[in-house]
Amino acid sequence: MSEPAAEHHDPVVAFESAKLGLWTFLATEVLLFGALFTAYIVFRLKYPDLFHAEHGKLNRVLGAVNTVVLITSSLTVALGIDAVKKGKARLLPRYFGATILLAGVFLCVKYVEYTEKFHHGLFPSTNIFFSLYYMMTGIHGIHVLIGMGVLSYVVVLARRGRLSETYYTPAEMSGLYWHFVDLVWIYLFPLLYLIG
Amino acid sequence: MSAGEESGIAGNGRGYLSERGWRSWAFTLDHKRIGAMYLWSTIVFFLLGGVFALLLRLELLSPQAKYFSNHAYNVFFTLHGAMMIFLFVIPAIPSGLGNFLIPLHLGAKDVAFPRLNLASYWIFAAGFLVIIGSLVAPMDTGWTFYTPYSAKTGAAVATLSLGVFLIGMSSILTGLNFIVTIHKLRAPGMTWHRLPLFIWSMYATSIIQVVATPVVGVTFLLLAAERLLGVGFFDPSKGGDPVLFQHFFWFYSHPVVYVMILPAMGIVSEVIPVFSRKPIFGYNAIAYSSLAIAFIGFLVWGHHMFTSGMSPLANTIFSFLTFFVAVPTAVKVFNWIATLYRGSITFESPMLYALTFIFLFIIGGLTGPFLGALATNVQLHDTYFVVAHFHYTMMGGTVMGFFAGLHYWFPKMTGRMLNEKVARVAWALVFLGFNLTFFTMFIAGTRGMPRRYAEYIPKFHTENVISTVGSAILALGILVMMWNFVQGLRKGAQAPSDPWRSLTLEWRAASPPETENFHEIPQVADWPYGYGTRKA
Amino acid sequence: MDNVLAFGAASAEAGRIDAVFLFITVIGGFFFLLTQGLLIYFAVRYRRRSPERDNETPGITGNHLLEFFWILIPTLVVVAIFYYGWRVYDDLREPRPGATEVYVTGRQWMWEVKYPDGRTALNEIRVPQGKPVKFILTATDVIHGFYLPDFRVKMDAIPGRLTSLWVQPDRTGEYTIYCTVYCGDGHSNMNARLIVMPPEQYVAWAAGKEERGEGEEQLSLHERGERIVGRTGCLNCHAVSGKEKIGPNFHGVYGSTVPLSDGTSVKADEEYLRESIVDPGAKVVKGYPNVMPTYKTTLKPDEVQAVIEFLKKPD
Repeated sequence: MSEPAAEHHDPVVAFESAKLGLWTFLATEVLLFGALFTAYIVFRLKYPDLFHAEHGKLNRVLGAVNTVVLITSSLTVALGIDAVKKGKARLLPRYFGATILLAGVFLCVKYVEYTEKFHHGLFPSTNIFFSLYYMMTGIHGIHVLIGMGVLSYVVVLARRGRLSETYYTPAEMSGLYWHFVDLVWIYLFPLLYLIG
Repeated sequence: MSAGEESGIAGNGRGYLSERGWRSWAFTLDHKRIGAMYLWSTIVFFLLGGVFALLLRLELLSPQAKYFSNHAYNVFFTLHGAMMIFLFVIPAIPSGLGNFLIPLHLGAKDVAFPRLNLASYWIFAAGFLVIIGSLVAPMDTGWTFYTPYSAKTGAAVATLSLGVFLIGMSSILTGLNFIVTIHKLRAPGMTWHRLPLFIWSMYATSIIQVVATPVVGVTFLLLAAERLLGVGFFDPSKGGDPVLFQHFFWFYSHPVVYVMILPAMGIVSEVIPVFSRKPIFGYNAIAYSSLAIAFIGFLVWGHHMFTSGMSPLANTIFSFLTFFVAVPTAVKVFNWIATLYRGSITFESPMLYALTFIFLFIIGGLTGPFLGALATNVQLHDTYFVVAHFHYTMMGGTVMGFFAGLHYWFPKMTGRMLNEKVARVAWALVFLGFNLTFFTMFIAGTRGMPRRYAEYIPKFHTENVISTVGSAILALGILVMMWNFVQGLRKGAQAPSDPWRSLTLEWRAASPPETENFHEIPQVADWPYGYGTRKA
Repeated sequence: MDNVLAFGAASAEAGRIDAVFLFITVIGGFFFLLTQGLLIYFAVRYRRRSPERDNETPGITGNHLLEFFWILIPTLVVVAIFYYGWRVYDDLREPRPGATEVYVTGRQWMWEVKYPDGRTALNEIRVPQGKPVKFILTATDVIHGFYLPDFRVKMDAIPGRLTSLWVQPDRTGEYTIYCTVYCGDGHSNMNARLIVMPPEQYVAWAAGKEERGEGEEQLSLHERGERIVGRTGCLNCHAVSGKEKIGPNFHGVYGSTVPLSDGTSVKADEEYLRESIVDPGAKVVKGYPNVMPTYKTTLKPDEVQAVIEFLKKPD
C-alpha cells in the first residue's frame, strides 16, 4: 500500500481536517441517536402510564453506578490527553487504560442488568418501553465497545512512541468521541431510569 | 504551463492507471482509482436494475399476468427500485465522479482522509454483497420498505436492511470526507467563490448525506430488530406506529433525492459554459441555490404522506414548504438557459446530454406542483403520475447528468476519446426511448392507474404498450452507449489533456492524471468560467 | 365535464379538484413553452458559426434585476398554486352534514364493508346518488390505500387507526375502487366496486325489500354462483384457469383429490367446497398460504350452494 498523497499535508492542516472530520462525524451520531430519542418522545407521549409503570422495573442503583463509572472514565481520558499535551506521553497508556477498564466495568454492569431482565421475562419484544430500553442502551453499548477499540489503538500508538506534545491528534480525537459516548448515557439514564 | 506540454505526459506510463494487478486496486488510496471502482460497481448495478425494469415492462405488455406471477413481478419492482436507488443513483455521481473530481477541482493531491475513502468503498462493497445475499429470499416490499408489510413478509428484509445500513454508512463517510476536503484542501487562491459549481453542488450533497443518512440507518436497524428481536415500534399490534416508519423513512429519503439530483446539476453547470464558450450566468445564484435546496429539502418529507392520516395542519405546512423547493430549482434552470444566450454553442455528446437534462428536468419540475398541491396530490398520489414524475427528475435529470459527466470526463479518466458519432446515435435512442417510456405514464396516472400493479384493467393497455416499446428503444440506446465506452477504452484515440478547452483545474492535469494529480500544487487566480472576452 | 387528460368526474367535488389540476396545467404549460422555447431557440440561434467567434462571446456573468424577477415571479406563482390547492383541499375536508357512514376494512386482499345497520358486504359498496357518504377506513393486517379515481380522492387504510374520506356522487353507476398502497401478491387485484344507486332504489335496497343480489334468486343456481363469485372478490385470488393467482384455480377442482398442507389429502366434494368457503383454514391445500378469510357471515347458505354449483363447472 503506497502512502497516501494527502498525508504530505502540513501538520496543521492535517490536525484541523481531523478535527472538522470528527465534529462532522459526531453530528451524524447526534442524528442517529436523535431518531431514537424521537421515537422515545413519540411513544412516551402516547403511553405515559406504560412508561411510568415499566421504568420501575429497571435497576436504578446499577444505572447510577454506571453513570458514575462513565463520568469517571471521561475524566481519565481528559487527564490522558492533558498529559500528552504537557509532554508526558508515556503517562497516556495508564490514563487511557483506566478508561478502557471502566468501560469494561460499564459493560459488565449492563450484562448483569440484561440478564436480570431476561430472568424476569422482560425482553425487547415485551412492550414498547422495553423495546426502547434495549435498542437505546444496546446501540449505546455498541458505541462503548467501539470506543474501547479506538482507545486501545491510541494506547498502542502511545506505547510505540508515536504521540508527543507536537502530535497528539489521535488522542484528542478518540477523547472527543469518548466524551460523546459518555454524554449520550447522561441523557439515557434519566430518560429510562428516572421517569417517576 | 501550456496544454501542449502537459499532454505529452499522457500515456507515458506514469498515469494513475499504470499500475497493474488486483492489489493495486483493492488497496489503493488514490481517490481516482477509488472513484473508478465506484463507477464500475454502480454501472453494473445500473445495468442490472435496468434488466429488472425491462422485465417489468415486458409483463405490463398484457393486462393479465402472462410471463411472471404477481409475486415475481413484485420482487422485480422491489429489486429495480432498491438497486437503482441505493446502489446506483445515490453513489454513482457523488462517490464515483465526485471522488475522481473533487481533489482535481480543488487543486489537491487527494481527499482529506484517503484511508477512510478506501474503507468507504469496501463498506459499500460489503453492503452490496449483503444485498446480493438477500436474494436467497428476494424482497417484495418495494424499495420503500413500508411497515407493517415489511415486518410480516417472508422475504429476507432484515438482511437487505443491514445491506442498506452498510451502504448508508459508506455514504456518510464519503460525505464527511468531501466536506473536510472542500474546507481544508483547496489550492492556494481557490477561494469559495472561485470553486467550480460542481464542488458547490457536491458540498450541499455531502451535507445532506451526513445529516440525513444516520436517521435511515437507525430506521433500518429498528426494522431489522422488529423482525429479529420482535420489537414493535412500527407494529400496531404491539402498540407501535406504522406511520412513524414513514416519517423516519422520508426524513431521509426525501432529502436524498437531492443527493441524487444536486451533483447532476453540478455537472450541467460545468458542461453548459464550456460548450457555450460563455461564462456561467449567475454563479452565486447557482452556488447558493444548491445550499437552499439542501436546506429546504429537509423540511418537506411529509409531502410523501398526505394520505397517511396526518393532521390537516401538518399536511398544509408540508405542502407550503414543498413549494419553496421549486424556487431555487427554477433559478438554476433560468441560469443555464441564460448562459446559452449569445454563446457559441457546439453539440458534442456531453452538451447533448446536458441540454437533454434541462429539457427533461423542466418537465419533471413542472409536474412537481401537481404533487405538491394538496387537492391534486390526494388524487395523484401512488399512481403512475408519481412514477413518471420521479423518472423524469431522477432518470431524465440525474441519469442524463451522469451521462453528460461520463462523456465529458471520459477523456480525462481514461486518456482516450470516445467515438462521437456512435455517442450521438446512442443519445438519440435514449432521448426518444425515454420520452416514450415515461411520458405515457403521466397519462396513465392521471387516468387513475395505481403504481406497483402486476395486473391492470384493460383501459390502461395502450399507455402500457407504448411505454414498453419505449423502454426497448431506451435499453438499445444504453447498450449502444456502453458499447461505445468499451470501444473507447480499447481503441479510442489518445486524449489531449484538455480536449474541450475547459478552464477547471482537472484539465491542467494529464489525461489520465498522474497519481499525484499535479506536478506542483496549482495557484488559482480566477474563477473557472472566464470564457468569452468581449465586454457585455 | 370530461376533460381531455383525466376522465369524467363523478362528483362536483371532483370537478373542483379537476379545476386545480387544470390551473396548474395552464401555468405549467406557460412555463414549459417559455423555458423549452428559449432553450431550443438559444441552442439553434447561437450555435457556433465559425471557430473564431468562440472568443468573441460576451462576458455576461449575471444580471441582478433579471435574477431578482426570476426569483420573485416563481415565488408568487408557487404560493398561488399552494393556496388554490390548499383552499380546495380544506373546503373538501369535512363531509357535508348528514353523511351516511360506511365502515370499510382492508385486508389482504379484499375490502370488507359494514353498514351502520349491521349489513356487511365484500368488495362492493352501495350508496345513494346525491347524498354525502363518509367511508371510515381501517385495516387488519398491513396498510392499504382506498382510491376512488372517479372522485379524485384517496386515503390510506391503516391497521390500528381510523381514517376517513367522503364523496357525494352525482351520477349513478359503477365506479372502481383500487388499493394504492402496496400490500403483497394480491395488491393489483384488490379492487372493489362503488355502486351509486338512485335514492329510491337505495332506500328499497337498504330496507331489505330488494335483495342485494338484485333478483339473483331467479337465475339458475350456476349463473347465480357466477355472479356471487364475481362480486365477492373470489377472483381476486383465484383464477378460473390459466395462470394461478394466490390460491388454487377453480377449473377441475370439483371431484379431484386435493393434497393438503398436513400431508393428507381429501376428495373435493360438495362438503369440502362448503367447508373451504366458510372455514378456509380447516383444510389448506398444500403449497398455498393460509390467507383466505371466512365467508361464513358474508354468504348465506343458499348463496354458498350457488357458488358450489358454479365451481362444478366454472368455465
